[in-house]
Amino acid sequence: MAIPQHKPVTEKRKHGRRRRRHVWKDKHFRWVPDGQGDWRVQAYVYRHHHKPKRGHYRGPGKKPPRQAVAAAPAPVNSDPRPPGAFQGAFGHAQAVRLLQRAGFGPVAGQADQLASMGLVTAVQSLTRPSGAAVLHGPAPRDGNGNPLAPADAWGHDHLWWLDRMVRTDQPLVERMALVLHDWFATSNANVSKTQQMIDQSNLFRARCFGSFLDLFQAVTVDPAMLQWLNGNENDKWAPNENYAREMMELFSLGADRGAYSEDDIREQARSLTGWRNDWSGELGAYNFRFDPKRHDTGTKTVFGQTGNWSWEDACRLCVEHPLHLSFFVAKLWSYFIPVAPSTPVREGLESTYADSGWQIRPVLEEILMRPELYEGPPMVKPPVVQLASMLRALGRYVDTEAWSWLCEEAGQRLFWPPNVSGWDDNRWLDTSRMRARWNMVTYALEELSVDPWNDDYSTTETPEEALARALAGWGSPELRAEHRDELLDLGRRSESLIVASWQKGPYRALRQNALLQLIGVSPDVILQ
Amino acid sequence: MSARRQTHSCCDGYTRSQLLRSAAAEAGKGLPAIEPGMPEPAGTGLSRRRFLSQSAGLALAVYGASKIPLSAFETGIAQAAQGDKILVSVFFDGGIDALSVLAPVGDPRYQQLRPNLALPAGAGTAFAEDPNLQWHPAAAALATLHGEGKVSAFPAIGYDHPDQSHFTSRHYYEIGELQVGYRTGWLGRYLDAVGNDENPLQGLSLDGSLSPMIATADKPVAAIDSVDGYDLWSRVSDPIESEMFDSFARFGSLPSDSPGLSQVRRAASQTDKLRKDLAGVGEFSSPVSYPDTWFSHKLAGLAAYIAFGLPIRVVTLRAPGGYDTHADQAGDLEANLRETCEGILAFQRDLEARGLADRVLLEMWSEFGRRPEENGSLGTDHGAAGCAFVIGSKAKGEMVGEFPGLATLDQDDNLRVTSDFRGMYCSLLEQWLEFDAEAIIPGASGFARPTLVKP
Repeated sequence: MAIPQHKPVTEKRKHGRRRRRHVWKDKHFRWVPDGQGDWRVQAYVYRHHHKPKRGHYRGPGKKPPRQAVAAAPAPVNSDPRPPGAFQGAFGHAQAVRLLQRAGFGPVAGQADQLASMGLVTAVQSLTRPSGAAVLHGPAPRDGNGNPLAPADAWGHDHLWWLDRMVRTDQPLVERMALVLHDWFATSNANVSKTQQMIDQSNLFRARCFGSFLDLFQAVTVDPAMLQWLNGNENDKWAPNENYAREMMELFSLGADRGAYSEDDIREQARSLTGWRNDWSGELGAYNFRFDPKRHDTGTKTVFGQTGNWSWEDACRLCVEHPLHLSFFVAKLWSYFIPVAPSTPVREGLESTYADSGWQIRPVLEEILMRPELYEGPPMVKPPVVQLASMLRALGRYVDTEAWSWLCEEAGQRLFWPPNVSGWDDNRWLDTSRMRARWNMVTYALEELSVDPWNDDYSTTETPEEALARALAGWGSPELRAEHRDELLDLGRRSESLIVASWQKGPYRALRQNALLQLIGVSPDVILQ
Repeated sequence: MSARRQTHSCCDGYTRSQLLRSAAAEAGKGLPAIEPGMPEPAGTGLSRRRFLSQSAGLALAVYGASKIPLSAFETGIAQAAQGDKILVSVFFDGGIDALSVLAPVGDPRYQQLRPNLALPAGAGTAFAEDPNLQWHPAAAALATLHGEGKVSAFPAIGYDHPDQSHFTSRHYYEIGELQVGYRTGWLGRYLDAVGNDENPLQGLSLDGSLSPMIATADKPVAAIDSVDGYDLWSRVSDPIESEMFDSFARFGSLPSDSPGLSQVRRAASQTDKLRKDLAGVGEFSSPVSYPDTWFSHKLAGLAAYIAFGLPIRVVTLRAPGGYDTHADQAGDLEANLRETCEGILAFQRDLEARGLADRVLLEMWSEFGRRPEENGSLGTDHGAAGCAFVIGSKAKGEMVGEFPGLATLDQDDNLRVTSDFRGMYCSLLEQWLEFDAEAIIPGASGFARPTLVKP
């Protein structure tokens, strides 16, 4: 089947069908990290938008300087585990799971390195990163080989973040930023500039392990959020309830729990009055500020407490609400473990949270050490997590806009959540989104797939050898036995179709491509 | 996918002779490599569009039963011959402002509550069933259909003790019950009761993700991103491609030991079924012209699918744009409402031209209406009673529940409810889908059934 080179026409047909332009593909070479601080040459497919001249430059260029080996914390492995933590062996499989849930899966060798640290050190290496994140490997580029313009070009915002997920040495920071992007879901749909969305994601990166109250207050007056939920249009003469409602329902307390009344929402909206901004054709919304003249200085009664509340108080009252502890713990837990915590476990986490003065990190560390994470059932990876994990496993980097529209079709375009409640983790998969994941795998395999008509593929490869080769290409993921059996059976069925001698190589090559494809869409890769 | 499709693309790295070689291999079980000048294998010049509008027997002769899974089409064609009714649900996401769609221009409080947003009297077509109401000018297409007796309007639909959360209220509408945490939608439960174990097209979402409305307990349902086709791309061609999809389908049918795994399995098996069912669907033409919008394009595709005889029972799609108009309501609402209504008018005309209009009924709904009093941002906040419409040649065409007026509002200063959405569901189930609502809607016996369908 042909693989489109451009986004198939979907939304916005107003300007007619997009014409499919011819692309000349050939092999180029580049330097990529070899995982030991040095560089190796990697071949990749380059898409020329104009016919390339014969003998044109195809890389790889001058070898970059040797990098200092990423300062891996010294393996400690004395590993005294706190009470309530997972007590089993922390080996390769456990390290893979931790990296999948608290990051974007391992790159080659990373799981074993993490396993050697022991559970506690491994978790802390994720939750207590030092300094700024370092991005390893080649910088992202668009399909024309140009650097990204995240704030300007279509889809580059998504690529910019995806690239951070693929290359960062602080994966949990990116994963938590994704969690908070879902928690405080803001969409570029109602925000005047993409840069404001990127700034908001940086806010999440900076505050993802600290105080929830500080984070909540910062998000409340973040320019993207002020636009998204109309906080910038909420004044004392005509309050706009949008933010007041969602801050309780979705950000801090939860619906249908009796935590607040419609009156609380209306009063809270008054506490939040006063934020505004200026507009210009060039800058969009800018100069966000609190204007005391627009603030309602009367007394407001929220959750039975009366006072001349400000926007800071509005956040504080939510966080001090007795039902916030359980909301916070259950919500944070749900991003990492698919089965709700038992009551005693939840209460223990609530105490940790309350005792720490609403700090996120201690709760997160406890969750990441819980036995439920290592022994419990798997969960479906969000599409962008699956994609980043695949690129990391395959040793690929961001080099095409296709990732933006493929993720959109799979149900997760970064900076464009479906609504203020974020993405629905119970609905990642249906026929449309499964198809998009399938096609995502097809694109991811662009460099690994073989050309069946090249006449140089092995004519003797056995089913076992074929599967071993395909698994090695994928970075050796663990397959369930029944999936392995099915793939070996496919290998045998394929061989039985060979009736003419010219088919021996091509059919084996097609089989290799089929195995690569099926591993990518297997439950083993889709689940984390 | 078929070799024929590859001839349409230029960038896939396959040359024509390679392509013919693989096509020949699949059709002729091991013919030698095709030489330049040899004719194309049989069938490669026949478009699937024509195949679908022709008899199944011809397809058998051309492609071979192993290539085109005919069983699903045969079931579908057989079902279509019985004239199964189809219900299409269109959702205004965000809570559309009922007081703009059917503006109470004759109500003395309207101007006072909406100093900036009130529509001027005479701006749109008068609503014949209530002299105080007037269609929004952007809903002119709906007014046309109403004039033809093809629209039943609910000017103030909702439920007691309205919830003003988007997500809670929408959930109620999706499941047909005032509860949180249901796993199946009201139409999903209907499909569980009457649906087929092998037919994912019976419940079809056209928005690229499955609507919770048609979430079933066990019957397959489908979501598609585009009506222009449903292909799974790969660098594998037949005969290995069929083996690959067989293995993929097997991933879907193996036993599961966790909800996450069974979710993946379910998606895999339904994806493979849908891939077979929609093989080749993707090119269609319409007997009427549609506005050039994506929403209209989906409706045009849907009409064509129904005309093909695909076994569709319930369909969901979202109206274009968002309706949570807390700020700058007038412009956004105008554009989105117009796009929606004009698309629906074209869809109705298409069905009429194809002789299918008596088989399709369309229902438009939103999770709530908006507050009668406008806010300070030239917008409106969340309200209670909203509007809904049942549209089609078989729609009764009579208003259900009167407009309650703005003189008396509810305890939250919102529009009062004069009809219950669960009564609408019961009527649609019993009068249109001819299924006992008691089995689908909890407490169904307690709801009055408005007459929604012409005898």
